[in-house]
Amino acid sequence: MLITTPSGLFCPDGGFHVDPWGAADLAIITHAHADHARFGARRYLTAGPGRLILAHRLAGQTIESLAYGESRPIGGVTVSLHPAGHVLGSAQVRIERAGEVWVVSGDYKVEADGVCEPFAPVRCHRFISECTFGLPIYRWQPQAIVAGEINSWWRSCRERARTAVLGVYSLGKAQRVLSMLQGDDAPILVHGAVAPIVELHRAAGVRLPPTLPATKENAAAFRGRAFVLAPPSALASPVSTSPKLRSHGLASGWMRVRGTRRRSGIDRGFVLSDHADWPGLLAAIDATGCAEVGLTHGFVDPLRRWFDERGMPTTVYQTKFTGEDAEGGAEAGAAAPAEGST
Amino acid sequence: MKAFARLCIELGTTRSTATKVAQLVDYFRAAPAEDAALALSFFLGRRLKRAVTTTELRRWVAEAGGLPSWLIDMSYESVGDLGETLALLLPDTARIPNDSDEPMASLAVVVRDGILPLAAAPPARRKAIVFAWWNRFDSDERFVYHKLIGGSFRIGVSSGLVLRAIAALTGVDLAIVTHRLSGPFDPTPESWERLLRGESPDDAPGCLYPFCLASSLEVPPADFDRMLGPVAAWQIERKYDGIRGQLLHRGATTAVWSRGEERIDGSFPELRDLARQLPDGTVLDGEVLLVIGDTIGSFAKLQTRINAKRSAVDAGPGLFDIERAVFFAYDVLEDDGVDIRGLPLQERRGRLERIVSSVDDPMLRLSPVLRPARWEDAAAERAQSRALGVEGLMLKRLDAPYGIGRQRGRTELAIASWLKWKIDPFSIDAVVIAAEAGHGRRANLLTDYTFGLWRGEELITIAKAYSGLTDEEIAMVDRQLRGTTHTKRGPVRFVDPTLVFELGFEGLQRSKRHKSGIALRFPRILRWRTDKKPADADSLSTLEALLAQTYG
Repeated sequence: MLITTPSGLFCPDGGFHVDPWGAADLAIITHAHADHARFGARRYLTAGPGRLILAHRLAGQTIESLAYGESRPIGGVTVSLHPAGHVLGSAQVRIERAGEVWVVSGDYKVEADGVCEPFAPVRCHRFISECTFGLPIYRWQPQAIVAGEINSWWRSCRERARTAVLGVYSLGKAQRVLSMLQGDDAPILVHGAVAPIVELHRAAGVRLPPTLPATKENAAAFRGRAFVLAPPSALASPVSTSPKLRSHGLASGWMRVRGTRRRSGIDRGFVLSDHADWPGLLAAIDATGCAEVGLTHGFVDPLRRWFDERGMPTTVYQTKFTGEDAEGGAEAGAAAPAEGST
Repeated sequence: MKAFARLCIELGTTRSTATKVAQLVDYFRAAPAEDAALALSFFLGRRLKRAVTTTELRRWVAEAGGLPSWLIDMSYESVGDLGETLALLLPDTARIPNDSDEPMASLAVVVRDGILPLAAAPPARRKAIVFAWWNRFDSDERFVYHKLIGGSFRIGVSSGLVLRAIAALTGVDLAIVTHRLSGPFDPTPESWERLLRGESPDDAPGCLYPFCLASSLEVPPADFDRMLGPVAAWQIERKYDGIRGQLLHRGATTAVWSRGEERIDGSFPELRDLARQLPDGTVLDGEVLLVIGDTIGSFAKLQTRINAKRSAVDAGPGLFDIERAVFFAYDVLEDDGVDIRGLPLQERRGRLERIVSSVDDPMLRLSPVLRPARWEDAAAERAQSRALGVEGLMLKRLDAPYGIGRQRGRTELAIASWLKWKIDPFSIDAVVIAAEAGHGRRANLLTDYTFGLWRGEELITIAKAYSGLTDEEIAMVDRQLRGTTHTKRGPVRFVDPTLVFELGFEGLQRSKRHKSGIALRFPRILRWRTDKKPADADSLSTLEALLAQTYG
């Protein structure tokens, strides 16, 4: 039902690609992160709540949308999109042909984050799952605990008159962290890459605390009190001032490992990911009731062997998705092949 | 234990040394004396005996987490630190956030009840103890616990930073703190409190002085006159390739200390006898060298000797008779029981010469002083180094006191009082043929490379070296190596030859253990030769030619 082509995953019977990285006629986009949503297709189809964000990322393209759960016949197959819980508008792609059902997970997490529609398991015969954090060392704390850690870090920054600067993806993680912040009315500044996406969330009805642009002036005016959200690549930008006046944090699943935290050269690492952790991956795959598992991008090898040992057939799909970049932000498009995908 | 574990995690993730010192001070200030004493001893390098093997620990974690052993191996490969991997794999017992530093058990209690009893306990009991403590610990505590019971406690903090923290905490001068803690520290609350009160431990007559360490001379020869002043202001000696040591005689105590602050009397009984001949209340700084006839033996021979220990002595004549250790003295730190490190070198040298001549033993020699008239003459002396089997020259300012630790100039123009002017290392261009991920900070990234040189059409392994590259270069190299891997064997990736690096090394010798027949000493990466293709790399015959020119 799906094959890998030079442009990415392709459905011959439906004549469409899923998250293609090369030329395509119709591209079904699971979510608007840069490694999944690229220019090069003639037409795009994505889930309703994600349409405006995709339009923001892929300016000038023809983008249609489907409501979650709404079916549409495309060529010889029927397609529907289902919440993946990754970011606002993220979807799993369900493809049905003559009673056989395949689901492509896109990126997903299983914990409800209060910002986007939570992950909904879809029964299928074959489930093609991402594997970004496919090792049992990756296990997440409940969101409320991480929220507590971030807020107490901000509090201690204010007590020491330091600006708290957190590196996050501009789409998804930024809004998720924003929804967690409780700073007794201390100002929250958002970087220029983050601000428009925050507005798109507000327009979609997501309740977020008030924010100000992270300009040089605002950073100076609220120095020692503000919380700044910026993509990791922008951490050294004007808002960051001198190292003595700020504390740098990163929020990413990779922060679970000491070596990665240290290598990032930051003051604080928060283990917070929009991907499923190891127990989440196993639970999500199990919940589909699938008879075969497809595996793609991330720690593919451990999951493949895990299912091999359990007699579950597996197929590995080579893709160019990066999952979550080790530095916390694969926003820039083409990146290295992820570990385990070689 | 919670506070100690948190400190270890913070020290291991911060790069700022000032922050590390502040974190240490905070910990030591708040910790109960028995914990502080233990923590200090661990930070100063005390190792508990390994009480649990890593095999056992892996098996127990597999059992507790319901994980197959291959998955533990894959996780370890990714994390790069076994104690941390196992801590991350253990299932949480309770998910109750506990922000208070109120320790469930103090470090001292953990050591007393959770670590020390392990060694003598039968396997089933050992397992029960470990499981019980796992259940009381959070992930950070488990990590530190694994380090302690595995006998491999090493956290990202140097003893220098720990000493700075103690100096800041007690208000005692760093030099004095360093001296007081240079012997073994007895981890009891009493010694901790004595340290806090700033009292000198009078129970350590074998205590050494912190070594003055030289900085590399990074001034171009053309600027010597301007930057260093006249050559006559400096004492110039050869830089020996031996073991830096202190020879000490105080009352009934004699000791031979190595630069690593270890007693090496056992390996060099003749030096201990030599120390006894020194006048009472003398501490000398110098170099331990092996001499065969009139020739100085190589460092490799010294290493054999260190490993030989006493058994060889008892075995009768042999190693210890043919090759005699000698002590090349170059400084005196204590004379007639008085610390004279504050005197200028010129004056110390005079006293040293008197001491050496009074002892009158061929095993105690003065490190000869070279007297070049101009810097050009000094350079000519340096050029003799390789032929003489020495590493270059040492320059020591005649009017300077004996410094503590690494001597660094504070500004560009300030020059340290001890400088090493080493000869340029040998270098070759070699090809990367295999790579492994690093550990700790570099876990996940391929940073340990195996290099080969050409022999005909084949690349023969010549050395392994850790990356000496910038983080950016490492990331690029990592990407390229992953893309050119042709075989994976465990953690090792064998790659197609695409990358050429210039390797530096200090020396080379024949070796039966290596396929190439040659072992390099201190191989390291000098730079990435992006301008060279693998075919342009050196061949083994280059090394053969170097070997022929070098002294045995």
